[in-house]
Amino acid sequence: MENLVSIFLDSVFVGNILLAYFLGMCSFLAISRKMETAIGLGLAVTFVLSITTPANWLVYHYLLSPGALAWAGFPGIDLSFLKFIIFIAVIAAIVQALEMIIDRYLPPLYMALGVFLPLIAVNCAILGASLFMVERNYNFIESVVYGASSGFGWMLAIVTMAGIRKKLRYANVPKGLENFGISMIITGLMAMAFMLFSGITL
Amino acid sequence: MKITKTKAFNVFFKPIWESNPISGQILGICSALAVTVQLKTAVVMGLALTLVLAFSNLSISLMRKFIPRNIRIIIELTVIATLVILTDQVLKAFLYDISKQLSIFVGLIITNCIILGRAETYALGNPPFLSLLDGIGNGLGYSQILITVAVIREFFGAGKFFGFQVIPDTFYAAGYENMGLMVLAPGAFIAIGLIVWLQKTVSKEKT
Repeated sequence: MENLVSIFLDSVFVGNILLAYFLGMCSFLAISRKMETAIGLGLAVTFVLSITTPANWLVYHYLLSPGALAWAGFPGIDLSFLKFIIFIAVIAAIVQALEMIIDRYLPPLYMALGVFLPLIAVNCAILGASLFMVERNYNFIESVVYGASSGFGWMLAIVTMAGIRKKLRYANVPKGLENFGISMIITGLMAMAFMLFSGITL
Repeated sequence: MKITKTKAFNVFFKPIWESNPISGQILGICSALAVTVQLKTAVVMGLALTLVLAFSNLSISLMRKFIPRNIRIIIELTVIATLVILTDQVLKAFLYDISKQLSIFVGLIITNCIILGRAETYALGNPPFLSLLDGIGNGLGYSQILITVAVIREFFGAGKFFGFQVIPDTFYAAGYENMGLMVLAPGAFIAIGLIVWLQKTVSKEKT
């Protein structure tokens, strides 16, 4: 249990997938202009991450990792080099299926998330979380917690950023530093603030 | 006709500075920052990306007349993922230490927006040779930013250049200390912000 809490705290604050590992920067910079869209995309990322990370855990541990095919009678096979292409296919398929399911059964949610779902398939945060999950040897429960909490951390970062950018509209930013430059520097300052949590130990 | 006016020249050199994929078009920053603590990893990452980009552009451009429009994204992703797997295996075989340090970021080349972006906007509509040049040019533009950031971070963060100490010991004896901030994530964000500022200011003065 303590283990799970520390994974949660670590992936929301200290090891925030956006601010410490720079994943999902592209959509972070492009979508953080407006508060509503930032919240929508944040929710969508959290949702997709909580599903794809455990799904990829199952795929990796029952099909790809060294010796995983023992149940099918091939104990000597190591397919782990295929993980990049398989993970991206799993993510794209899940995103597509989710989009159809949400459209059919939860129209209000579809209205809120709809536009963002397809974008997510190529968001590096999603693939990155799956690859980190393999590299850090999480077990199934840990991968569920890791997926959900890093999605939450990403959402926290993009919503904060949208709030700051709203205020920034009235600030006098030097020419040349506008838009992209100043966003990077703000993100840097935010990352510093998040690093302060690294003192927490459980 | 002067060489600087030819199309091939422009295709190759424009993305290196003027319409640089990172600072000009804001693409592919995802993987750009995490590998820039040391110059060594940045160089390897830049090279890996340039190779993947050049060959994905080339092969997609060769196939551009046969790819049906509706399923083009998945075909592009398959081509890119295959190239990334090859790169990853080569790195693991010949540069094992560096591939451990790059960890998941080689795999993340797949979702790097530069590659898919160039395939979509350039390789699908242009002949193979120009696409190859465009790929190499964009790859070099990306590497150039990566290397600049890495030089800044390694110099201020560790007092080193390519692993060699450049700040003399007498400085440390006199009370100079390495800037811990530069090694951490925020340093990368701030460094890249400043580079963009510099570049935008310089290129504005030119025109």
